[in-house]
Amino acid sequence: MIWQLDLAVLTLVVIVAIGSLMVKDLLGAAILFGAYSFMMCVLWTVMGAVDVAFTEASVGAGVSTVFFVAAVFRTSRRTKD
Amino acid sequence: MKIIGLVIAVLSGALLMYATVDFPAWGDPASPASTYLSPHFIEKSMEETSVPNIVTAVLADYRGYDTMYETTVIFSAGLACFILLRVFLREEPGERLYRHVLTGVTVRVEGAKLPLSDDFERIDAMWTPPDLIIKTVCRLLIPFIQLFALYVIAHGHHSPGGGFQGGVILGASIIVLAMSQDLRTAVRRMREKLDAILCAIGVLIYAGAGALCLLLGLNFLDYGALTPVLHCDAITARSHGILIVEIGVGVAVMCTMIWIYCNLSSMGKYDEGL
Repeated sequence: MIWQLDLAVLTLVVIVAIGSLMVKDLLGAAILFGAYSFMMCVLWTVMGAVDVAFTEASVGAGVSTVFFVAAVFRTSRRTKD
Repeated sequence: MKIIGLVIAVLSGALLMYATVDFPAWGDPASPASTYLSPHFIEKSMEETSVPNIVTAVLADYRGYDTMYETTVIFSAGLACFILLRVFLREEPGERLYRHVLTGVTVRVEGAKLPLSDDFERIDAMWTPPDLIIKTVCRLLIPFIQLFALYVIAHGHHSPGGGFQGGVILGASIIVLAMSQDLRTAVRRMREKLDAILCAIGVLIYAGAGALCLLLGLNFLDYGALTPVLHCDAITARSHGILIVEIGVGVAVMCTMIWIYCNLSSMGKYDEGL
Protein backbone atom coordinates (compact mmCIF):
# COMPACT_ATOMS: atom_id res chain seq x y z
CA MET A 1 0.00 0.00 0.00
CA ILE A 2 0.98 3.63 -0.39
CA TRP A 3 3.13 4.40 2.63
CA GLN A 4 1.27 7.63 3.48
CA LEU A 5 -1.97 5.67 3.72
CA ASP A 6 -0.22 2.97 5.73
CA LEU A 7 1.09 5.59 8.13
CA ALA A 8 -2.36 7.15 8.45
CA VAL A 9 -3.91 3.78 9.37
CA LEU A 10 -1.12 3.05 11.84
CA THR A 11 -1.56 6.47 13.48
CA LEU A 12 -5.29 5.87 13.71
CA VAL A 13 -4.65 2.50 15.40
CA VAL A 14 -2.58 4.20 18.10
CA ILE A 15 -5.11 7.03 18.55
CA VAL A 16 -8.06 4.64 18.77
CA ALA A 17 -6.20 2.36 21.20
CA ILE A 18 -5.41 5.24 23.55
CA GLY A 19 -8.92 6.63 23.10
CA SER A 20 -10.58 3.34 24.05
CA LEU A 21 -8.56 3.32 27.29
CA MET A 22 -9.16 6.98 28.11
CA VAL A 23 -12.84 7.40 27.30
CA LYS A 24 -15.20 7.39 30.31
CA ASP A 25 -18.24 6.10 28.45
CA LEU A 26 -17.97 2.30 28.29
CA LEU A 27 -20.20 2.02 25.23
CA GLY A 28 -17.92 4.48 23.44
CA ALA A 29 -14.93 2.41 24.53
CA ALA A 30 -16.56 -0.70 23.04
CA ILE A 31 -17.17 1.07 19.74
CA LEU A 32 -13.60 2.40 19.69
CA PHE A 33 -12.38 -1.12 20.35
CA GLY A 34 -14.31 -2.30 17.31
CA ALA A 35 -12.75 0.48 15.25
CA TYR A 36 -9.32 -0.60 16.52
CA SER A 37 -10.03 -4.17 15.38
CA PHE A 38 -11.09 -2.93 11.97
CA MET A 39 -7.93 -0.86 11.54
CA MET A 40 -5.83 -3.88 12.56
CA CYS A 41 -7.79 -5.91 9.99
CA VAL A 42 -6.78 -3.39 7.30
CA LEU A 43 -3.15 -3.64 8.40
CA TRP A 44 -3.19 -7.46 8.33
CA THR A 45 -4.60 -7.35 4.81
CA VAL A 46 -1.85 -4.96 3.71
CA MET A 47 0.77 -7.32 5.11
CA GLY A 48 -0.74 -10.18 3.11
CA ALA A 49 -2.07 -12.16 6.10
CA VAL A 50 -5.58 -12.47 4.69
CA ASP A 51 -6.56 -15.35 6.98
CA VAL A 52 -5.64 -13.39 10.09
CA ALA A 53 -7.43 -10.34 8.71
CA PHE A 54 -10.54 -12.44 8.15
CA THR A 55 -10.47 -13.68 11.74
CA GLU A 56 -9.89 -10.17 13.03
CA ALA A 57 -12.83 -8.84 11.02
CA SER A 58 -15.27 -11.55 12.12
CA VAL A 59 -14.17 -12.10 15.73
CA GLY A 60 -12.54 -8.81 16.70
CA ALA A 61 -14.63 -6.23 14.91
CA GLY A 62 -17.83 -8.29 14.73
CA VAL A 63 -18.76 -10.63 17.53
CA SER A 64 -16.62 -9.32 20.38
CA THR A 65 -17.98 -5.79 19.88
CA VAL A 66 -21.49 -7.22 20.20
CA PHE A 67 -20.44 -9.02 23.39
CA PHE A 68 -19.04 -5.77 24.81
CA VAL A 69 -22.22 -3.89 23.96
CA ALA A 70 -24.32 -6.65 25.55
CA ALA A 71 -22.17 -6.57 28.69
CA VAL A 72 -22.42 -2.76 28.90
CA PHE A 73 -26.19 -2.98 28.39
CA ARG A 74 -26.50 -5.31 31.36
CA THR A 75 -24.11 -3.47 33.69
CA SER A 76 -23.41 0.25 33.85
CA ARG A 77 -22.46 2.58 31.09
CA ARG A 78 -20.10 4.86 32.97
CA THR A 79 -16.90 3.85 34.72
CA LYS A 80 -16.28 4.82 38.32
CA ASP A 81 -12.58 5.60 37.81
CA MET B 1 0.68 3.48 43.73
CA LYS B 2 -0.36 4.95 40.41
CA ILE B 3 3.15 6.23 39.78
CA ILE B 4 4.71 2.84 40.57
CA GLY B 5 2.31 1.19 38.14
CA LEU B 6 3.15 3.73 35.45
CA VAL B 7 6.90 3.25 35.99
CA ILE B 8 6.55 -0.55 35.77
CA ALA B 9 4.43 -0.32 32.61
CA VAL B 10 6.80 2.11 30.88
CA LEU B 11 9.85 0.10 31.95
CA SER B 12 8.50 -3.23 30.70
CA GLY B 13 7.33 -1.55 27.50
CA ALA B 14 10.81 -0.12 26.94
CA LEU B 15 12.37 -3.53 27.63
CA LEU B 16 10.05 -5.17 25.10
CA MET B 17 10.93 -2.48 22.54
CA TYR B 18 14.61 -3.13 23.25
CA ALA B 19 14.12 -6.87 22.80
CA THR B 20 12.56 -6.43 19.35
CA VAL B 21 15.92 -5.19 18.07
CA ASP B 22 17.20 -8.77 18.30
CA PHE B 23 14.38 -10.09 16.14
CA PRO B 24 15.09 -10.84 12.50
CA ALA B 25 13.77 -8.22 10.10
CA TRP B 26 10.21 -8.64 8.82
CA GLY B 27 10.20 -11.08 5.90
CA ASP B 28 13.94 -11.75 6.26
CA PRO B 29 14.74 -14.86 4.19
CA ALA B 30 17.69 -15.69 6.44
CA SER B 31 15.67 -15.84 9.67
CA PRO B 32 15.52 -19.29 11.36
CA ALA B 33 11.82 -19.79 10.57
CA SER B 34 12.31 -19.01 6.88
CA THR B 35 15.32 -21.27 6.32
CA TYR B 36 13.76 -24.72 6.66
CA LEU B 37 10.19 -24.66 8.10
CA SER B 38 8.43 -22.15 5.85
CA PRO B 39 9.96 -23.49 2.61
CA HIS B 40 8.87 -26.99 3.62
CA PHE B 41 5.27 -25.85 4.08
CA ILE B 42 5.30 -23.75 0.91
CA GLU B 43 6.80 -26.46 -1.32
CA LYS B 44 5.37 -29.64 0.19
CA SER B 45 1.89 -28.77 1.49
CA MET B 46 0.26 -29.16 -1.93
CA GLU B 47 1.75 -32.58 -2.64
CA GLU B 48 1.36 -33.83 0.94
CA THR B 49 -2.19 -32.68 1.65
CA SER B 50 -3.53 -31.42 -1.72
CA VAL B 51 -4.73 -28.23 0.00
CA PRO B 52 -3.92 -25.04 -1.96
CA ASN B 53 -4.36 -22.72 1.03
CA ILE B 54 -1.20 -23.30 3.07
CA VAL B 55 -2.63 -21.60 6.16
CA THR B 56 -5.46 -24.14 6.35
CA ALA B 57 -3.03 -27.00 5.79
CA VAL B 58 -0.78 -25.77 8.60
CA LEU B 59 -3.65 -25.08 11.02
CA ALA B 60 -5.63 -28.27 10.55
CA ASP B 61 -2.96 -30.78 9.57
CA TYR B 62 0.59 -29.86 10.51
CA ARG B 63 -0.60 -28.12 13.68
CA GLY B 64 -3.69 -30.25 14.28
CA TYR B 65 -3.22 -30.56 18.04
CA ASP B 66 -2.98 -26.80 18.40
CA THR B 67 -6.28 -26.21 16.63
CA MET B 68 -7.98 -29.02 18.56
CA TYR B 69 -7.11 -27.44 21.89
CA GLU B 70 -8.10 -24.01 20.58
CA THR B 71 -11.53 -25.45 19.87
CA THR B 72 -11.58 -26.91 23.38
CA VAL B 73 -10.68 -23.48 24.77
CA ILE B 74 -13.59 -21.91 22.87
CA PHE B 75 -15.91 -24.61 24.23
CA SER B 76 -14.63 -23.98 27.76
CA ALA B 77 -15.26 -20.26 27.33
CA GLY B 78 -18.89 -20.94 26.46
CA LEU B 79 -19.19 -23.34 29.39
CA ALA B 80 -17.65 -20.82 31.79
CA CYS B 81 -20.05 -18.11 30.61
CA PHE B 82 -22.95 -20.51 31.12
CA ILE B 83 -21.89 -21.54 34.62
CA LEU B 84 -21.21 -17.95 35.71
CA LEU B 85 -24.29 -16.27 34.30
CA ARG B 86 -27.12 -18.77 33.89
CA VAL B 87 -29.93 -18.32 36.39
CA PHE B 88 -31.45 -21.69 37.17
CA LEU B 89 -33.91 -20.74 39.91
CA ARG B 90 -36.00 -17.78 39.06
CA GLU B 91 -39.11 -16.40 40.60
CA GLU B 92 -41.98 -16.07 38.20
CA PRO B 93 -43.12 -12.49 37.87
CA GLY B 94 -46.52 -11.71 39.38
CA GLU B 95 -47.78 -10.32 36.13
CA ARG B 96 -46.98 -10.94 32.52
CA LEU B 97 -47.47 -8.84 29.45
CA TYR B 98 -48.92 -10.33 26.30
CA ARG B 99 -49.54 -8.70 22.98
CA HIS B 100 -52.22 -9.63 20.53
CA VAL B 101 -50.34 -9.97 17.27
CA LEU B 102 -53.17 -8.98 14.92
CA THR B 103 -54.45 -5.90 16.70
CA GLY B 104 -51.37 -4.89 18.70
CA VAL B 105 -53.34 -4.67 21.96
CA THR B 106 -51.24 -5.30 25.06
CA VAL B 107 -52.81 -7.46 27.75
CA ARG B 108 -51.60 -7.66 31.33
CA VAL B 109 -52.21 -10.99 33.05
CA GLU B 110 -51.78 -11.43 36.79
CA GLY B 111 -51.12 -14.73 38.51
CA ALA B 112 -51.24 -17.89 36.46
CA LYS B 113 -50.67 -18.06 32.73
CA LEU B 114 -53.64 -17.61 30.49
CA PRO B 115 -54.36 -20.47 28.12
CA LEU B 116 -53.29 -18.22 25.29
CA SER B 117 -53.53 -19.07 21.63
CA ASP B 118 -50.84 -18.43 19.05
CA ASP B 119 -52.33 -14.99 18.43
CA PHE B 120 -50.71 -13.76 21.65
CA GLU B 121 -46.98 -13.34 22.14
CA ARG B 122 -45.25 -12.71 25.41
CA ILE B 123 -43.42 -9.42 25.80
CA ASP B 124 -41.28 -7.96 28.56
CA ALA B 125 -41.39 -4.72 30.47
CA MET B 126 -38.07 -3.64 28.92
CA TRP B 127 -39.23 -4.73 25.50
CA THR B 128 -39.26 -2.22 22.68
CA PRO B 129 -41.04 -3.03 19.42
CA PRO B 130 -38.56 -4.09 16.70
CA ASP B 131 -38.19 -1.48 14.02
CA LEU B 132 -39.80 -2.50 10.73
CA ILE B 133 -36.84 -1.47 8.56
CA ILE B 134 -34.25 -3.22 10.73
CA LYS B 135 -36.46 -6.31 10.98
CA THR B 136 -36.98 -6.55 7.21
CA VAL B 137 -33.37 -5.86 6.29
CA CYS B 138 -32.12 -8.48 8.76
CA ARG B 139 -34.67 -11.00 7.54
CA LEU B 140 -33.42 -10.48 3.97
CA LEU B 141 -29.75 -10.52 4.93
CA ILE B 142 -29.58 -13.49 7.31
CA PRO B 143 -29.90 -16.25 4.64
CA PHE B 144 -27.07 -14.70 2.66
CA ILE B 145 -24.91 -14.35 5.75
CA GLN B 146 -25.45 -18.03 6.52
CA LEU B 147 -24.76 -19.06 2.93
CA PHE B 148 -21.53 -17.07 2.98
CA ALA B 149 -20.56 -18.70 6.28
CA LEU B 150 -21.08 -22.18 4.83
CA TYR B 151 -19.01 -21.16 1.82
CA VAL B 152 -16.23 -19.94 4.10
CA ILE B 153 -16.17 -23.27 5.96
CA ALA B 154 -16.36 -25.45 2.86
CA HIS B 155 -13.96 -23.33 0.79
CA GLY B 156 -11.30 -23.01 3.48
CA HIS B 157 -9.00 -25.24 1.42
CA HIS B 158 -8.82 -22.81 -1.46
CA SER B 159 -9.41 -19.33 -0.10
CA PRO B 160 -8.95 -17.54 3.22
CA GLY B 161 -11.29 -18.80 5.86
CA GLY B 162 -12.09 -22.04 7.58
CA GLY B 163 -13.92 -23.38 10.58
CA PHE B 164 -13.27 -20.52 12.98
CA GLN B 165 -14.28 -17.68 10.71
CA GLY B 166 -17.22 -19.53 9.17
CA GLY B 167 -18.44 -20.60 12.60
CA VAL B 168 -18.27 -17.05 13.91
CA ILE B 169 -20.24 -15.74 10.92
CA LEU B 170 -22.86 -18.48 11.35
CA GLY B 171 -23.19 -17.60 15.02
CA ALA B 172 -23.36 -13.90 14.16
CA SER B 173 -26.33 -14.55 11.87
CA ILE B 174 -28.34 -15.90 14.83
CA ILE B 175 -27.10 -13.02 17.00
CA VAL B 176 -28.33 -10.57 14.33
CA LEU B 177 -31.71 -12.30 14.46
CA ALA B 178 -31.76 -11.95 18.25
CA MET B 179 -30.89 -8.26 18.03
CA SER B 180 -33.30 -7.37 15.24
CA GLN B 181 -36.31 -9.20 16.72
CA ASP B 182 -35.85 -10.37 20.28
CA LEU B 183 -33.97 -13.07 22.09
CA ARG B 184 -36.97 -15.34 22.38
CA THR B 185 -37.34 -15.53 18.59
CA ALA B 186 -33.70 -16.55 18.25
CA VAL B 187 -33.92 -19.07 21.10
CA ARG B 188 -36.97 -20.59 19.42
CA ARG B 189 -34.79 -21.23 16.34
CA MET B 190 -31.78 -22.38 18.35
CA ARG B 191 -32.77 -23.95 21.65
CA GLU B 192 -30.42 -23.66 24.58
CA LYS B 193 -30.13 -27.41 25.05
CA LEU B 194 -29.45 -27.99 21.34
CA ASP B 195 -26.89 -25.23 21.50
CA ALA B 196 -25.00 -26.84 24.37
CA ILE B 197 -25.16 -30.32 22.84
CA LEU B 198 -23.98 -29.12 19.41
CA CYS B 199 -21.16 -27.23 21.08
CA ALA B 200 -19.86 -30.45 22.60
CA ILE B 201 -20.51 -32.39 19.39
CA GLY B 202 -18.29 -29.97 17.45
CA VAL B 203 -15.36 -30.72 19.75
CA LEU B 204 -16.24 -34.40 19.60
CA ILE B 205 -16.14 -34.40 15.77
CA TYR B 206 -12.61 -33.03 15.89
CA ALA B 207 -11.35 -35.35 18.60
CA GLY B 208 -13.32 -38.24 17.10
CA ALA B 209 -11.69 -37.79 13.70
CA GLY B 210 -8.35 -37.89 15.50
CA ALA B 211 -9.29 -40.97 17.49
CA LEU B 212 -10.54 -42.71 14.35
CA CYS B 213 -7.10 -42.26 12.82
CA LEU B 214 -5.63 -43.84 15.96
CA LEU B 215 -8.03 -46.78 15.68
CA LEU B 216 -7.14 -47.28 12.02
CA GLY B 217 -3.52 -47.76 12.93
CA LEU B 218 -1.79 -44.40 12.44
CA ASN B 219 -1.04 -41.50 14.78
CA PHE B 220 -3.68 -39.29 16.40
CA LEU B 221 -4.98 -36.74 13.83
CA ASP B 222 -2.98 -38.35 11.00
CA TYR B 223 -5.77 -38.14 8.42
CA GLY B 224 -3.95 -40.40 5.97
CA ALA B 225 -5.40 -43.27 8.01
CA LEU B 226 -8.92 -42.39 6.85
CA THR B 227 -8.21 -43.91 3.41
CA PRO B 228 -10.34 -47.07 3.89
CA VAL B 229 -13.24 -45.05 5.35
CA LEU B 230 -13.32 -42.40 2.63
CA HIS B 231 -12.41 -44.71 -0.28
CA CYS B 232 -9.69 -42.49 -1.74
CA ASP B 233 -5.91 -42.26 -1.74
CA ALA B 234 -4.01 -41.08 1.29
CA ILE B 235 -3.39 -37.53 0.07
CA THR B 236 -7.03 -36.88 -0.79
CA ALA B 237 -7.94 -38.42 2.56
CA ARG B 238 -5.79 -35.77 4.24
CA SER B 239 -7.69 -33.06 2.38
CA HIS B 240 -11.04 -34.53 3.37
CA GLY B 241 -9.85 -35.04 6.94
CA ILE B 242 -9.12 -31.32 7.14
CA LEU B 243 -12.66 -30.60 5.92
CA ILE B 244 -14.14 -32.90 8.58
CA VAL B 245 -12.31 -31.22 11.43
CA GLU B 246 -13.12 -27.77 10.01
CA ILE B 247 -16.80 -28.67 10.16
CA GLY B 248 -16.31 -29.72 13.78
CA VAL B 249 -14.59 -26.43 14.57
CA GLY B 250 -17.33 -24.49 12.77
CA VAL B 251 -20.15 -26.17 14.72
CA ALA B 252 -18.40 -25.68 18.05
CA VAL B 253 -17.55 -22.02 17.42
CA MET B 254 -21.03 -21.17 16.09
CA CYS B 255 -22.78 -22.62 19.13
CA THR B 256 -20.34 -21.05 21.58
CA MET B 257 -20.93 -17.59 20.11
CA ILE B 258 -24.71 -17.96 20.36
CA TRP B 259 -24.43 -19.45 23.85
CA ILE B 260 -22.25 -16.63 25.17
CA TYR B 261 -24.47 -13.99 23.59
CA CYS B 262 -27.69 -15.45 25.02
CA ASN B 263 -26.27 -15.70 28.53
CA LEU B 264 -24.66 -12.28 28.37
CA SER B 265 -27.49 -10.25 26.90
CA SER B 266 -30.26 -11.70 29.09
CA MET B 267 -28.17 -12.07 32.28
CA GLY B 268 -28.74 -15.82 32.11
CA LYS B 269 -32.53 -15.53 32.20
CA TYR B 270 -33.21 -16.18 28.52
CA ASP B 271 -36.25 -13.96 28.41
CA GLU B 272 -35.34 -10.66 26.85
CA GLY B 273 -32.29 -9.78 24.85
CA LEU B 274 -30.56 -6.62 23.88
